[in-house]
Amino acid sequence: MNALSKPETGGILSLALVIAILPAFLPNSFYFDVVILVGINAIVCVGLNLLIGYTGQISLGHAGFFGLGAYFSGILVSIHGWPPLVALIAGAVFVGVLAYILARPVMKLRGHYLAMGTLGMGIVISIVLNQEGDLTGGPDGMPVDAFSVFGWEPGNELTWYWMVGGLLLIAVWLALNLINSPVGRALRAVHGSEVAASVAGVDVARYKSLVFVVSAVFASVAGSLFAHYSGFLTPSEADFFHSIELVTMVVLGGMASVFGAVVGAAVLTLLPQLLTVFHDYEMLVFGAAMMITMIFMRRGLVPTLQSAFNRWRK
Amino acid sequence: MSMLRVENLNMSFGGVHAVENMSFSVIPGTIHSIIGPNGAGKTTLFNLITGVYSPSSGRVFFNDRDITNIPTFELAKYGISRTFQNLQIFFNMSAVENVMVGNHLKTDSRFLPALFGLSSIKRGERECRERAEQIMCDVGLEKFIGSDADSMPYGALKWLEIARALASEPAVLLLDEPAAGLNPSETSEIDDLIKRVAEKGITVILVEHDMKLVMGVSDHILVLDSGRKLAEGTAEEIRKNPDVIEAYLGHRRRAR
Amino acid sequence: MFAEFLQFLFSGITVGAIYALVGLGFAIIYNASNVINFAQGEFVMLGGMGTVFFIGLGLPMPLAVLLAVSLTVIVGFGLERFAVEPARDAPIVTLIIITIGASIFLRGAAQLVWDRNFHSVASFSGSDPIMIGGASILPQSLWILGCTVVIVIALHMFFNHSMTGKSIIATSHNPLAAKLMGINTSMVLLMSFGLSALLGASAGILIAPISLTYTGVGIMLGLKGFCAAVLGGLGKPMGAIAGGLLVGISEAMTAGYISSAYKDAVAFIIILAVLFLMPNGLFGGRGTERV
Repeated sequence: MNALSKPETGGILSLALVIAILPAFLPNSFYFDVVILVGINAIVCVGLNLLIGYTGQISLGHAGFFGLGAYFSGILVSIHGWPPLVALIAGAVFVGVLAYILARPVMKLRGHYLAMGTLGMGIVISIVLNQEGDLTGGPDGMPVDAFSVFGWEPGNELTWYWMVGGLLLIAVWLALNLINSPVGRALRAVHGSEVAASVAGVDVARYKSLVFVVSAVFASVAGSLFAHYSGFLTPSEADFFHSIELVTMVVLGGMASVFGAVVGAAVLTLLPQLLTVFHDYEMLVFGAAMMITMIFMRRGLVPTLQSAFNRWRK
Repeated sequence: MSMLRVENLNMSFGGVHAVENMSFSVIPGTIHSIIGPNGAGKTTLFNLITGVYSPSSGRVFFNDRDITNIPTFELAKYGISRTFQNLQIFFNMSAVENVMVGNHLKTDSRFLPALFGLSSIKRGERECRERAEQIMCDVGLEKFIGSDADSMPYGALKWLEIARALASEPAVLLLDEPAAGLNPSETSEIDDLIKRVAEKGITVILVEHDMKLVMGVSDHILVLDSGRKLAEGTAEEIRKNPDVIEAYLGHRRRAR
Repeated sequence: MFAEFLQFLFSGITVGAIYALVGLGFAIIYNASNVINFAQGEFVMLGGMGTVFFIGLGLPMPLAVLLAVSLTVIVGFGLERFAVEPARDAPIVTLIIITIGASIFLRGAAQLVWDRNFHSVASFSGSDPIMIGGASILPQSLWILGCTVVIVIALHMFFNHSMTGKSIIATSHNPLAAKLMGINTSMVLLMSFGLSALLGASAGILIAPISLTYTGVGIMLGLKGFCAAVLGGLGKPMGAIAGGLLVGISEAMTAGYISSAYKDAVAFIIILAVLFLMPNGLFGGRGTERV
């Protein structure tokens, strides 16, 4: 755990390298599509890991924030003609403010009550998106215009790839900065012992609100990107199952590991693609994979492999 | 002049009076011990003073300012720090990082500079780490500077809590049973440490069962029984007090 | 006016009783193990779909019900032994993911073995509505209420008068002490999952004739049952029953008087309001953290 700063600079360089050379190995646009989705999910998970992995506060409703960001972009751009970048920022601000308002009461909850509270929050958001059909198109969904900045459009998959890859790097960089600062240490202290943290002068409620807002904003930005990339939105982006997917990505990759969140997002986004060969067995295998990894690799993929690697080096 | 003053403090949990009508004051720069049998209300008193619990009634003053309902994290700014009877270590961090958290109020904890990794933050972090390592050396934890908290032995964790509390440069330090679970040689090291802390001018409030330790270091002793004040005075006065002998020491001897 | 109100009340109590049964299942497992079993809704699904399946084989209703309940209980045992037991000391979030994984697995298995279609089950005794005070009530609703009352009384007897029941309660209060007293705590866990499966399956069978049953039926029922359990203060059986009825009646009233669009949101809005005002549920009491 200690002296993490060095491997982390190494980590961000390795991630940049992987993003740089990956296109050479992607044969067609289908693969690009999957990898871009990995990137978008990874951005959400890097933010969510700050909340779950580092601060120790579960959220079973973050897909709600993802969905709100996505619909904010969709509605403002496609119906009201806003510039996409402005809509993305407006969405992030809206979601940030909403998360801030919700944070005080939600973050007061502990354990299973927190799970219930965040779950309820996500489901209410997804029901609103389903029911406000005049605005959102309801369960049938809505089309979203292409992304553009000052007339420039990421026309094909490759430009989208570079854009999402770049944003993922920025997200990872921001998260690592935060973690390796007094703010990040305070967040981890809240995870370790709330009472000891407050004795040291850490305003526990403020830090919990802060990280809740940050993780919600990450989700909202990723949601906006997704809306433009996919060109079509349905309320399922905000539903309970998507929230669960996001949490599973974080825990599977490794809690309190920024790169774990990226790996978790990659594995869980790729898995269903691989499982399509199993056709009818898809859900069965997916559920079993969730259970088995959680039972046998409780700390998640990256920390488990990391400590195995360290043992091997010794 | 009293540094800490408690006036008519009351705390009850569902009808049980954990602390009843408690008043006492602590003179700055002294070692003030609180003793009493298990369940006498010592830890509850600590929790009331440090804002972990809110009292049912009564007031707590620090340097003549009313701090009764001030939340725990605000009290840190006043220079009040404490350790815990059942350890509250950040097991998800390294030992040094535990101590660095103690220094939280002296670090730059603004959000945006942290998010963008400004060089001033990185510099501050290096200084904070050096200070923490220095404190670990001061309390004799130098060999655990590179350790994770969850790999340290129990005795060392007790010191780590004290190091973390000292990192906040407190004016008053409340120690909740620092010697519990330690062997005699470790206990005498705690004895030394408490004296050294007091020599630095930090007021110490000590809850402890180890009578040898208490009688040896304390300037003033407060004896509690069933949430009430039984006696108070110097070690000599307490030793001779018939109520104390009857209710506390006598009882303990028979129990053994 | 009053007849309309009564009508909504009947349907609220009917569905509320189902939520109460599911919520009870959550409470029992939580009590015995501190685990929230997110696969609870799948017990409901297995009860309903199992009954459809066994009736489809040409078995008489009572036998089909018995077999469906037995099947669900066996699944409950398996869930405890193979998924929860190996991860007992894992953090809350890990256990949540495991039980959610289990629920996806069970749903996947059900889709594979059976199908994704909606099925109806015949009412236990006729489907002619009975008129009370100008409002109609289905005979099946009476079955639901009757069975729920019987189940609750039986559970009460079980927990207060049988040795097994008492050892479950003892384990919930203090697992270590219970173990030292010679209680087989591992057996208690197994029992609690079996019992929860039994409750879930009963709920699924009872509701099947009113609302159709299909492999996805457990998702919402499970989540609303969880609402009921949390509303009542986790681990409080009577609280879960009150919570279930509260959710059911509020839902029916909202659908009747305000808008049916937001019917499904009612349970979650109530739970958010309650948690924001009372972070430990309606009957959870106020906890002071010990340090």
